[in-house]
Amino acid sequence: MTAAAIPAAPVRARRPWVVHSILPGFGLSLGITLAYLGAIVVLPLIALALRPWELGLSGVWHELASPRVAKAFRLSFGLSALAALVNAPLGLLIAWTLTRYRFVGRRVLDALVDLPFALPTAVAGIALTAIYAPTGPLGRVAAQFGIKTAYSPLGIFIALVFIGLPFVVRALQPVLQDLDAEVEEAATTLGANAFQRAFRVILPALAPALVSGVSLAFARAVGEYGSVVFIAGNLPGKTEIAPLLIVIKLEQYDYAGAAAVGLAMVAVSFGSLVAINALQLRLAKRGRA
Amino acid sequence: MTAVGTPARETRLPGAAPLLVLASALVMAALVLLPLLVVFGDAFAKGVPKYLAAIADPDAVSAVKLTLLVAAIAVPLNAVFGVAAAWCIAKFDFRGKGALLTLIDLPFSMSPVVSGLVWVLLFGAQGWFGDWLIEHDVKIIFATTGLVLATILVTFPFVARELIPLMQDQGSDEEAAALTLGASGFTTFVRITLPNIRWALLYGVLLCNARAMGEFGAVSVVSGHIRGLTTTLPLHVEVLYNDYDFVGAFAAASLLASLGLVTLVLKTGLEWRHSGELSANRRH
Amino acid sequence: MNSQPTEDTEGRTGAAGGLSLDIRNISKSFGRFPALNDVSLQARDKEFLALLGPSGSGKTTLLRVLAGLERPDAGEVRFGGEDFLSIPVRRRRVGMVFQHYALFRHMTVAQNIAFGLTVRPRRERPSKSETADRVADLLKLVQLEDLGGRFPAQLSGGQRQRVALARALAIEPRMLLLDEPFGALDAQVRRDLRRWLRELHDRAGVTTVFVTHDQEEALDLADRVAILKDGRLVQLGAPNEVYEHPADPFVYDFLGAACRLPGTVSDGRLTVADWETRAPKDAPSGAVEVFFRPDEVMFAPLDGSGLAGEVKAVVQRGPDARVECLIEGRLFELQARGPTLPNGVAPGLAVRVKPLRPHVYPKP
Repeated sequence: MTAAAIPAAPVRARRPWVVHSILPGFGLSLGITLAYLGAIVVLPLIALALRPWELGLSGVWHELASPRVAKAFRLSFGLSALAALVNAPLGLLIAWTLTRYRFVGRRVLDALVDLPFALPTAVAGIALTAIYAPTGPLGRVAAQFGIKTAYSPLGIFIALVFIGLPFVVRALQPVLQDLDAEVEEAATTLGANAFQRAFRVILPALAPALVSGVSLAFARAVGEYGSVVFIAGNLPGKTEIAPLLIVIKLEQYDYAGAAAVGLAMVAVSFGSLVAINALQLRLAKRGRA
Repeated sequence: MTAVGTPARETRLPGAAPLLVLASALVMAALVLLPLLVVFGDAFAKGVPKYLAAIADPDAVSAVKLTLLVAAIAVPLNAVFGVAAAWCIAKFDFRGKGALLTLIDLPFSMSPVVSGLVWVLLFGAQGWFGDWLIEHDVKIIFATTGLVLATILVTFPFVARELIPLMQDQGSDEEAAALTLGASGFTTFVRITLPNIRWALLYGVLLCNARAMGEFGAVSVVSGHIRGLTTTLPLHVEVLYNDYDFVGAFAAASLLASLGLVTLVLKTGLEWRHSGELSANRRH
Repeated sequence: MNSQPTEDTEGRTGAAGGLSLDIRNISKSFGRFPALNDVSLQARDKEFLALLGPSGSGKTTLLRVLAGLERPDAGEVRFGGEDFLSIPVRRRRVGMVFQHYALFRHMTVAQNIAFGLTVRPRRERPSKSETADRVADLLKLVQLEDLGGRFPAQLSGGQRQRVALARALAIEPRMLLLDEPFGALDAQVRRDLRRWLRELHDRAGVTTVFVTHDQEEALDLADRVAILKDGRLVQLGAPNEVYEHPADPFVYDFLGAACRLPGTVSDGRLTVADWETRAPKDAPSGAVEVFFRPDEVMFAPLDGSGLAGEVKAVVQRGPDARVECLIEGRLFELQARGPTLPNGVAPGLAVRVKPLRPHVYPKP
């Protein structure tokens, strides 16, 4: 975007990397943005990226490969993936109901979808624990069947489903809304039955949004702390999630160890987001035909 | 959630509609609504006087004050940043815009605990600037400043993300028109741009504020849990809960839940009344 | 509004008097894409000038340069002798009407129109009552007296367009710039507004430049038409002149339906297939492209003069007829009116078709 290529240009762009505009305030707004971003995001991230290496490469490896850390990671990522996958059919059900049917209380139901976003995580955490504790309303029922919910991986899973649900519903809703009724009608006139319509017409159109919603739910679940930490029980090696390890290491003033875990978490969730974005792009391309 | 299901369009699966509506309502009730009810139920479990006493507890009051203070600093700063970032990103074309957008979104994909951790790495006792801070007797970690920094990082993208798509959508034609009519840059911004983004700005501030007041993970790391000094309301909930003071914990939690409900109502109201002036991907 | 068809495209005289506009050697590119390439043209004081061209021809960019919304990479713009490019947008006092009107959506119609007056520095700002009077006058001028309290979203397209115009006129502009002023309107509204705009211009007496891709609109409305293509000025002249004497095949094609055949010119004679006629004045010699309008033809029996053709279909529509005719192996859709269409022209008939005013351009 440079004007320098034009011979004998009397008015040359002062900043060759920005397209000239008559609107004012570019320097000021970009300056504020960069300064703030630098102080609030970039500088702390640099600290996070550099701090672990004072342990040395083998030290970092040792830290991450230690049984406690490895187990916490397996638990966090495994349960997050599971919860996100379970959210796919749940989210589909709710998004479908909200967009396709008119019923009393639909708007309330619609607004309630955002409740896991709106409820502070600590509040959700103690409430879920109270519900699923052996003395709680649902925990008691489960206990009768010999199932332990709170203070077990199942409890963590429930909390992760709770916080991930809105991501999937909100990703699907607009696409379902826009999905042309005529496409379905066309499929019907061509002789497709309800299942064929669902699996060969509707689901492929929803796929990119579904992948996006599920991946957002997954990313949120991996890092989730407040709503999980109360219900988890936090037994080392059993129900200890990765974010909790950071807190524990910081309490022991093991900054480098905490930073190593933190960096690994950021790297893995960022990496999986990039991978999922690529997948989503491919799905979207196919769906555009 | 009375499930009197009628399909919006012509019936496809006869009988499926009420069933699906019922199933959705059940999932939502068990998974989402029940926790909310439990919060208020347990808060009032021992009666209203106990509830009021828990709320009026000096530690609870100072936690509320601290929460308000932190939000009062973090939210305006993020709002100013959000407007500035949206202005340069939506109204100008420059290289590196993509990288800038990624950086702005980054805090959303970070664990809140990591958002707290990074500040400890910088300003904690063994952090980069730890020695210098101790020498000069400045406290950031385990103090209000740390709480503010952690909150800012966690709530950083809300306003910017709300404004950028909207302002990109609106383009610059109205601003250009104002300039040709003789308005100065400042006048144009105040009289044309701001009114056009006011609802989206309010929406972003609302979400930012809800998250700032309710944030737990990030502030938990930098707080040190000093009662009456560095415990925000969510941390106060944790402290009481861990002390088995369930009425106190749920009473404090009920305040936060009410904040969440008010936010939800305002947000839904904004979406109904001003959907056209909010960006298309307003759902987070 | 007189329009002398004798303007030299490259001429630089006549730019001194009144508020005449002189655009010299303007170039502008966006990245690698050259939007304007060394464009020079002049508009006289109070002239109504059309910038005509297909999309991507640079016409809107040129208009935005005049408004001050784009900065050219090279060149000069003088207006009333003043260096126009050195004046920032907000001091140029150009009344710009944007393609999509750019009305301020959160202001009423009256507030929109008053905006330019209320943002003036305090000492130049008219009083509230003066502003209100001015707004009332303008509302009357654009025939929207009762709609001052409405918001833009409550108006039809044609009404918005008139509000945009009133808003631009409120600042008593020294030049009026219109970007595809009728582009977003349907055909009927478009035709009504066109007449009305011309009358308005004649009354207001402001130099007006408007951008359009619709040749009919440009020819109907403007004193002179500047035709652009790929960022270059191809022709500048009065509507009649450019229509009668298109500078090149592009202009000929752009200004109306065109039929094209190869031919040769030698010794003042033009030969197209088996038809020979006197070559037009100034025709180049050698291999040429011959253009004629499908409605400027005479049909003759086979022994008459003209191009041999075979009628394939005739579609009668009131007094006009569309005759599909195979000439030299190509199918042409010709237009005929009652008098020029001999009785008995029917599918399968062999005829001669005589172009009345062939235009000849050298073969590219």
